[in-house]
Amino acid sequence: MMFPRLVYESFRHQTRRKLLAGIAITLGVAVATAMIAVATDIGDKINRELRSYGANLVVTPQEDTLDVEVGGINLKPPSDGTFLNETDLPKIRGTFWHHNIVGFSPMLPVTVKVAGSRLPAGSSQDVTLVGTYFNKPLRFGKEDFTTGVRITHPWWKVSCGDGKESPNCAWPEDNSQNVLLGERLATKVQRKAGDTIEVSGHQLTVSGILSTGGVEDDQIVAPLALAQEILGKPGAVRRVFVSAMTKPPDALSARDPKTMTPEVYDRWYCSPYAESIAYQLQEVIPHSHAEQIRQVAQNEGTVLSRIKGLMLLITFAALLASALAVSAAMATAIYERRVEVGLMKALGAGSLAVSAIFFAEALLLAIVGGIVGFSAGALLAHEIGRSIFNSQISIEPVLFPIIIAIAVVVTFAGSASAIRRAVKFDPVFALRGEG
Amino acid sequence: MSPAVETLLTPSQVSDRRALAAHHAPSVSMFGRMLLRAAVLRRRRAASGLLAMIVAAAVATAMMNLYVDVQAKLRTEFRNYGANVVIVAKDGQSLPVDALDRVKSVLGAKTLAVPFSYAVARTRDGRSLVVVGTDFDRARRLNHWWKVSRWPGAPGEALVGMRAANAVTAKADARQPFELTFQGKAIKLAPAGLLQTGAGEDSRIYLDQSEFENWTGLAPSTIEVAANGTAAEVDASIRKLGELLPTAEVRPVRQIMEGEANVLNKTRATLYASATLVVLTSALCVLATLIGWVFDRRRDFAIMKALGASERLINGFFAAEAAALGVVGAILGFFVGIGAAAWIGRVNFHAPVVPRFGVFPYVLAGSVAVALISAILPMVLLRRVQPAIILRGE
Repeated sequence: MMFPRLVYESFRHQTRRKLLAGIAITLGVAVATAMIAVATDIGDKINRELRSYGANLVVTPQEDTLDVEVGGINLKPPSDGTFLNETDLPKIRGTFWHHNIVGFSPMLPVTVKVAGSRLPAGSSQDVTLVGTYFNKPLRFGKEDFTTGVRITHPWWKVSCGDGKESPNCAWPEDNSQNVLLGERLATKVQRKAGDTIEVSGHQLTVSGILSTGGVEDDQIVAPLALAQEILGKPGAVRRVFVSAMTKPPDALSARDPKTMTPEVYDRWYCSPYAESIAYQLQEVIPHSHAEQIRQVAQNEGTVLSRIKGLMLLITFAALLASALAVSAAMATAIYERRVEVGLMKALGAGSLAVSAIFFAEALLLAIVGGIVGFSAGALLAHEIGRSIFNSQISIEPVLFPIIIAIAVVVTFAGSASAIRRAVKFDPVFALRGEG
Repeated sequence: MSPAVETLLTPSQVSDRRALAAHHAPSVSMFGRMLLRAAVLRRRRAASGLLAMIVAAAVATAMMNLYVDVQAKLRTEFRNYGANVVIVAKDGQSLPVDALDRVKSVLGAKTLAVPFSYAVARTRDGRSLVVVGTDFDRARRLNHWWKVSRWPGAPGEALVGMRAANAVTAKADARQPFELTFQGKAIKLAPAGLLQTGAGEDSRIYLDQSEFENWTGLAPSTIEVAANGTAAEVDASIRKLGELLPTAEVRPVRQIMEGEANVLNKTRATLYASATLVVLTSALCVLATLIGWVFDRRRDFAIMKALGASERLINGFFAAEAAALGVVGAILGFFVGIGAAAWIGRVNFHAPVVPRFGVFPYVLAGSVAVALISAILPMVLLRRVQPAIILRGE
């Protein structure tokens, strides 16, 4: 019964020293936990942020014809070629990697005639009208979801056109006859939000002015149903942009699925590569061809791996710093107790018994500090996730025993050399006070 | 012996003491000797304190270096997404002949600016097709994501988009030359390789700008620019370019600019949070080591006090010791940290992180401050204790 009492008394009487070491362990573990949690989750978080670059996959009809488009104006007869079927689109949510698909937007470009006040009287101009989803509620199986350009094209901005903010300028409803006018087209035809515009015989209301910095600035963007009505092809979709979270490409991703062995094929199919998601999109949408948009898809891998690598190295630095802090605190705490060691040894305690007491104390400190530190670290990670990424950083429960084990090992390692020196110390010197 | 001893002295007594201290010139060398002996005699403890200091200063240096440099590094990575500024000739107007030079005068000679000119030509069977004239060498450097089987090198060679290929050549022979006509003028082209991007480029045919101009007589109507720098710098460049090129519209590619800003901001915030955590932890490491060190020397403290050293001298002694440790640790740690940052840069970005010596004053100030705090904290506690008690070993 002597042993637990020694440990207990040590904690009772040397509160200050124990507190210092305990705080060091707690803070060290907290920082380590938070950093590990952030580093393991950063890939997912940045992947989601990379979606602000827009769609990285595009689905077109298998027998698609050439686009003849210069400066946002389509020169191809609009009814040319084949189309995808709008009713097939919700099936995108039924692919293997549907959790990785952030959103999709169908596109149907139609060439229309617009009369503009700056144009010679009585004449009209060819303009491309694109039909799409803005924020359309859809249903696949029992799952309700919304999708459209507001998710896949986050850089599109709607304003009033005259610089004023007003509730009248907004995204059109998906079932309305309202359209968005590209900002350059709006200046050309002198229209602003709330005006009506005659498009190929249809009187449409301009609900807002669209600014994208791309070809859409010269186009009209309308609800998909309206574009189909103007074209006279209900249910037709020219292409679908899909925004998906993907895994950076590697040696496996680039291989042709037709040449794979069944096991390799399974591994490829069950990895969220841009290639395998494209393959799965082709499977669910009949007569389609899915391809990655290389500008977006190829670059996000590099950016992602750079940021992940950086966080990994910083986490490594954080672990090192916390381990050193814990070691330093433990070494100091033990070094101060040489006199005590001298007394114990003078009373006949062996080196083993003395070390055992110190290690037991270290173990206790590590476990208590580890538990408190883990909770504090989890809280810290949660706070980082909330304030920076506006979403939760989840901590894997499996991390808990690992963190405690690391805390114990580091505490032991930090104490070991100090304990060895304390045990070696001649009790005579210690008792004479010549420490 | 209370902490108030100093304050109980009248102002004249204080000035007397100062005069006395000034008279005793040898005390300066004594002070130095005390400092030196303390470091030599207890080199083990001094070394562990110094080591903690070096590690903390190194980690802080590396973090600050990375924080500044990584943003620049990531911006270069983001330039792989291609142009972030597009210059388009206004309706019915054309770009000035020296447009490219004007762009470079604003953005620097190293800036990647690629001219593009567009025309709609017809194939032999009467199908319309967009043909683009460009500078292949620059386009290749701007658009890293273009998957090209072979870049054109010889005159008369064209880069054929994946889908355009089906329109101009028979599938059986992709290398077969083909003919295009533009306003009655015909040109014979040999496909050098196939271009795949997954976007509009797949439906086009690219040829060299000079050949394109000889054939169609059309000058470049679009310049795509990869402008380096922060969002504010790019905005300023866009304004300047707009003034220099009145016949053109200069606009940012919002998709690229906003995506970049978004990802960069999040990364920066994460980096900042992590760097703060790491620096705080290493400061804690120093604090833990040094507090232990000073506590350990309470016997020296008591002896000094018993021999009649003033509170001020003792405080000064410990403060000077801590400051010296802080300065030496900061200098050594700074170089270790620069090395660590350079290594991280090489491993992760395949480009060294440029050492930023402007960081040094901050590291130095931080190190000395932490060292002083960790010296003063135990001093405040010890000041209340009678030297006799410490010397008796209680």
